Amino acid sequence: MSPQLPDTVPALAVDNLRKTYGNGVEALKGISLTVQPGDFFALLGPNGAGKSTLIGILSSLVNSTSGDARVFGISVNRQRSEAMKLIGLVPQEINFNQFEKPFDICVNEAGFYGIPRRIAAERAEKYLKELRLWDKAHDQARMLSGGMKRRLMIARAMMNEPRLLILDEPTAGVDIEIRRSMWQFISAINAAGTTVILTTHYLEEAESLCRNIAIIDHGCIVENTSMKRLLATLDVETFVLDVTAIPTTLPSISNVTLRRRDDHTLEAEMARSHDLNSLFATLSTHGIMVTSMRNKTNRLEELFVRLVESGRHAPGRERAA
Amino acid sequence: MSRNAAANLVALNTILRREIVRIMRIWTQTLIPPAITMTLYFVIFGKLIGSRIGTVQGGFSYMQYIVPGLVMMSIITNSYGNISSSFFGAKFSRAVEEMLVSPMPNWVILTGYVAGAVVRGLVVGVLVLVIALFFTDLHVMHPLITFASVLLGATIFSLAGFVNAVYAKKFDDIALVPTFILTPLTYLGGVFYSINMLGEPWQAISRANPILYMVNAFRYGVLGISDVHVGWAFVVMLGFVAALSVVALQLLKRGVGLRS
Repeated sequence: MSPQLPDTVPALAVDNLRKTYGNGVEALKGISLTVQPGDFFALLGPNGAGKSTLIGILSSLVNSTSGDARVFGISVNRQRSEAMKLIGLVPQEINFNQFEKPFDICVNEAGFYGIPRRIAAERAEKYLKELRLWDKAHDQARMLSGGMKRRLMIARAMMNEPRLLILDEPTAGVDIEIRRSMWQFISAINAAGTTVILTTHYLEEAESLCRNIAIIDHGCIVENTSMKRLLATLDVETFVLDVTAIPTTLPSISNVTLRRRDDHTLEAEMARSHDLNSLFATLSTHGIMVTSMRNKTNRLEELFVRLVESGRHAPGRERAA
Repeated sequence: MSRNAAANLVALNTILRREIVRIMRIWTQTLIPPAITMTLYFVIFGKLIGSRIGTVQGGFSYMQYIVPGLVMMSIITNSYGNISSSFFGAKFSRAVEEMLVSPMPNWVILTGYVAGAVVRGLVVGVLVLVIALFFTDLHVMHPLITFASVLLGATIFSLAGFVNAVYAKKFDDIALVPTFILTPLTYLGGVFYSINMLGEPWQAISRANPILYMVNAFRYGVLGISDVHVGWAFVVMLGFVAALSVVALQLLKRGVGLRS
């Protein structure tokens, strides 16, 4: 149902968007960002940063104070109906009638977009099957588990086959197996050409799925770049090393700070330029055998914390790549 | 038909269908209570008390006289109750967002909900009318006027119920208007008596009650008698439909209680 539009137009162009709520809270302080067609875009930020306000404005649930957002060139403010035809929204909170059946919820959603019932029924079957909900299609939605309800909201958002799919923390509280199956589905949708914007607090997910990223804090964009470029700025990493035994005195290694966590665990903080082979070789000469290793924190998480904290020291700062 | 018009028609049909499914799903709450209440009215006011009153206006028995008013009373209270609970329920569960984020124009949302409420009003009206036929004989004198007055009465109170639901913040808020405004207006709207029985200033005060015009237009359609001029009754009803439609659409446009 979505009209065919040239791919040269950004999937989303946000221009100097501001939102001040009635109680005086300035949720968005003039943010601008662009998402290209086909992108898998992460929109990250701490709680209360302004992510949900931005998503609310894009989906027309929140009225902006000033500025505009265009979805494939169509203004959300001036051509709301046309813009909404292009968007699919998976909100953070469960927002369907729990007494209705998943099949009806999906078919009705399509109806709101003007999709005839026969086509709607075919799509409902297709997406409920793809999201492994078909066996629950005719049960009351309140009987579904938390993970199933979240998958139902994804199936519902797909009913108008949107060109821009916005997912606001879709995996919150969902177990790892279901989360992975959800990401497989979303990745396939993205591979088929749908632009995806994702907000999540699971930064590992954002790192593995998204190609571009914006970090928002206190209503300002504090970072907007590609995931690769952002991760490349991480100059120091901390590894956790499981070892056989640790001598009383830790060896001194240049550019590496070693800390003892317990009798069999070491932390090694080192520059990314430092090679791991020399670290292992040095540890080995001191009789420390490494049995396994892992990152202390997810790389994106480390950058995220740094950016948000530096943003707090310099409020109002905006950077864009 | 243009593409947008066809899409709007599908959307309208979707809301109406969903409303009808809801009415049927909870039929023990939506259809049975008004039937029981009205049966009690017919037994107590129509049979027991009415038999001692004898004939009233136009030579009709008291039972025949109150049937149109009671039918209209059930239609308006059920239309009002349907839309206020359904739309507020959607607001409360946030399911209303499904519609607000869709391309549907506001007038389609309003028309869909109003149509659903009117359907419930009409179904209940037919049920009550069928029950009334067990107690008395009725012949509809002016079918078109009867149908038009039912339709307008149900529409007016559907629109009023919608406005109530938009402003309501908790379930108590949708019970306030029926309790403190709708019920008194209904009882003072000439359901059980002719306003000609009242002295001044009560007659003049009664003429400010919109329900008086609905009840009398409907009574004229069924029995051929009315306390007010039927043409004027339709002007008043159409005026209310227009005014409440403008208010409801403005509320939707501004997003009062719906958008931040």
